[in-house]
Amino acid sequence: MSTIFQSLIKKEVLHLVRDFRTVTVVLVMPVVLLLLFGFAISTEVNNVNVAVVVERHTDETRQAIDRLRANPYFTFCGIATHSEVEELLRKGKVDAAVVLRTENGKLTHQIIVDASNTTMAQTSTAYIESVISNSSAGVPVVANTLYNPQLKSAYHFVPGIMGMIFILICAMMTSVSIVSEKETGTMNLLLVSPVRPRTIILGKLVPYFLLSCIILTLVLALSYTVLGLPFSASVVNVVWVTILYIVLALSLGLLISTIASTQVAALLVSGVMFMIPVVLLSGMIFPVENMPLPLQWLSCIIPARWYISAMRVLMIQQLPVGYVLTEVSVLLGMTLAVLALAIKKFNAKK
Amino acid sequence: MNVTTLKILLRKEVLLIRRNPIIPRLIVAMPILVMLIIPLVATLDVKNVGVAVVDNDRTMLSRRIITDMDASEYLSVAGCFFSYDEAFRLVERGEADAIVTIPKDYLNDLANGEKPDIDLKANGVNATKGTLGAQYATMSIAGTLSRWQAEQGISLALPQASTVNLYNPTLNFRNYMIPALMVVLLIIICGFLPALNLVSEKESGTIEAMNVTPVGRLEFVLSKLIPYWVAGILVVTVGILIGWLVYGLVPEGSIASIYLAAILFSLVMSGLGVFISNKSATILQSIFMMFAFIVVFQLMGGLFTPIASMPQWAQYITYAIPPRYFIEIMRAVYLKGATMADLWPQYAALTGFALLFCLVASLTYKKRT
Amino acid sequence: MMDNMETVISVNGLTKQFGSFTAVDHITLQVGRGEIFGFLGANGAGKTTAMRMLCGLSYPTAGGGTVAGFDIVSQAEEIKRHIGYMSQRFSLYENLTVWENLNLFATIYGMASKDIKSKAEEVFKTLGMENMRNTLVKEIPLGWKQKLAFTAATLHSPDIVFLDEPTGGVDPATRRKFWEMIYRASSQGMTIFVTTHYLDEAEYCSRISIMVDGRIKALDSPARLKEQYCAATMDEVFRIVAKDAKRSD
Repeated sequence: MSTIFQSLIKKEVLHLVRDFRTVTVVLVMPVVLLLLFGFAISTEVNNVNVAVVVERHTDETRQAIDRLRANPYFTFCGIATHSEVEELLRKGKVDAAVVLRTENGKLTHQIIVDASNTTMAQTSTAYIESVISNSSAGVPVVANTLYNPQLKSAYHFVPGIMGMIFILICAMMTSVSIVSEKETGTMNLLLVSPVRPRTIILGKLVPYFLLSCIILTLVLALSYTVLGLPFSASVVNVVWVTILYIVLALSLGLLISTIASTQVAALLVSGVMFMIPVVLLSGMIFPVENMPLPLQWLSCIIPARWYISAMRVLMIQQLPVGYVLTEVSVLLGMTLAVLALAIKKFNAKK
Repeated sequence: MNVTTLKILLRKEVLLIRRNPIIPRLIVAMPILVMLIIPLVATLDVKNVGVAVVDNDRTMLSRRIITDMDASEYLSVAGCFFSYDEAFRLVERGEADAIVTIPKDYLNDLANGEKPDIDLKANGVNATKGTLGAQYATMSIAGTLSRWQAEQGISLALPQASTVNLYNPTLNFRNYMIPALMVVLLIIICGFLPALNLVSEKESGTIEAMNVTPVGRLEFVLSKLIPYWVAGILVVTVGILIGWLVYGLVPEGSIASIYLAAILFSLVMSGLGVFISNKSATILQSIFMMFAFIVVFQLMGGLFTPIASMPQWAQYITYAIPPRYFIEIMRAVYLKGATMADLWPQYAALTGFALLFCLVASLTYKKRT
Repeated sequence: MMDNMETVISVNGLTKQFGSFTAVDHITLQVGRGEIFGFLGANGAGKTTAMRMLCGLSYPTAGGGTVAGFDIVSQAEEIKRHIGYMSQRFSLYENLTVWENLNLFATIYGMASKDIKSKAEEVFKTLGMENMRNTLVKEIPLGWKQKLAFTAATLHSPDIVFLDEPTGGVDPATRRKFWEMIYRASSQGMTIFVTTHYLDEAEYCSRISIMVDGRIKALDSPARLKEQYCAATMDEVFRIVAKDAKRSD
């Protein structure tokens, strides 16, 4: 029994290793994603290009311009005339223009902002406002941050990337690989052999499980070193909740493979049913609470939503497992349900 | 080029696409799904920042600060507590995103001309929400204080300011997303599908039956791409119609400049798709290659997060990401009414990429091994 | 090959290497117009690789030759206008109907649409396929598929038809019918170049070659080979010639 199992696994591993390029993509992609999110992609507002229109130069206008120049968030693009402003904004040369007027000896200002991107526009308006009026000095509020003191958006994205990668590797790769055996007919060969279907399934799943564990190690190592996520004992919880999620994703892959009859179909099903919802609805990039209610309900059936929210608590806030009981039990329930359904379908097919 | 051959090959492709169980549905369903769902979801607006307040002052002023915060459109007060620990528990449970602590004798100290500080702690798990939440709370508190001071006769003489939100006066994030979403449609329809199509011909062996005939490389590849170009243009049209009928968004600029950009971008993507299929032997391989491209394209192209927020080195990389130019054109034409003359660098870049990718695709397509 | 015959395939020292593996090792042969040339060998002997070079699907590593009067290295596209090819894997479009497939391939070979119609009708009648005209190819049985693939490769009356194990996996009765089709094509003046590992089929050929480990070990008419090796059947000939084979499985 165990030798059959071993040879099945060996076959699968060989298959994987021979397709060197795919394995490379699978291993490199999480790293690239982590680095991109960690260092390149952010939703912070900086490098706002600002032009200034001054109607009459005074000491006050000069000081206001100096403050803008000195502020790291802004790139000062020079003084423009009223008529130039529209064109500069339209061509995207500047993001905002400040019109400084002096009325009755009092400085007033107007901010004209390219509001195409509303988030950027609102934030940069607020920044410009506080810089011009120099008001931040007057507000008696001392602000600081919990959990993520440097406010790195990477922290926020790491769980999301993990949620996506494991679905991609486990669900998509397993389903496509099982279906490709169906297409070439080797699956039938195995099914008519005396090997039990349970063994065949496990033989298919174990290598992808191992691959996922390698990726998990890679992702965690990167997060705790390069990205500087705080390391603590809660990493144990991170690991076991992730393994639960991996098992769930593998079962999903199995389920798809029993439904789809061609590789392309398996791919499109897992793409449409998993990848897109994971990216859009799981809260990976876009907060769930901003969505319309029906979509929020819909997001409840997406495993990644629960996984990502659990990971945020465990990895970033580093709270004990008690705080993610709901998430973990939902994941567990989903795993059992999907696994039972997949096995039932697989046996029915046989 | 042999027109008769091209015609019969095109007929074959159209028949095969029509008889495919998934692709026609995908072409119909994709634009609807993408255009209807993503705009609802893809908003980074920060709303409903939950604030837990630790009110150690318990005066008229502290209560006013609290009600003003609750009244703000971005903030909602999740609860008032007498101890920091209680408030903190709310944050741990994810029910609040920030803690505002008003110190003891705040009103008293302020009235005596001292400068007591309100303490604000924001949850940084979501960096954007943390930053913006802290800012909104600060602004709200500053507003309350300045109004209070004005009532007390201590005028701070706030400068008068006004803001003009050009191009998107209602500050609707959807208006920003919708034009750019066409990029998702074109990447899938003009890049992903032809690549899949070519690789499945490889897997089934029919491509060899074609390679042994006198069919020209050009006719064969064109017959693969033209149906998807047509589909891509149709899908963009549907996208424009949905934008108009559902969201009331019509391009400020000319429709022609949108179609020109769409055609150029379709060429870029199909060149890439053919290149990938030339380099892959199996469907799985081509998918993973394509997927790697799609992820990088969508993340680095400025679709969901602004390019301007990236560090300088990453911004240089984005110059090599074709969707960047398409997204810039779509947003500028839709919202700002920019003309082709305004956007000539973007059009030139897209043209360059289209030529480059098509060249690479035709050089790597071989009828012989 | 008879001396007064016109040569349509002529290769000299044709070689194909994949890295350090020599799939086809300096083969030299001539085929005359109208011949049915059997290209025999065990699995892995290099038959398909050699044939792919003759059809312009693959570049030779060394050597060269002509097919239908064109150079196989530099004029592959010209060759393709004058040949028909039926691959080992069934390679018609499964989601097109019988008629759509035939029309597609014949149009690609430059036949006028009127000719295609009349010729296709003729073939449908001879094969008794009239009622299958509008059936999707994936829904017809394997034997019919093979006949259809042969028809697609010959409808344009090419000079030479290359058949790569055309009868693989079909029953004996269908195989016999298939060979009738080959004879019919041959009688219409087409040269047939066919690979097979059914040795009884070798008897149907005017000449055969036996390939072992990438080399041609024997080349003559079946009768003379039997004489040369003092064998009663082609089966015996093959066993004697291929006894030192290392690459068969």
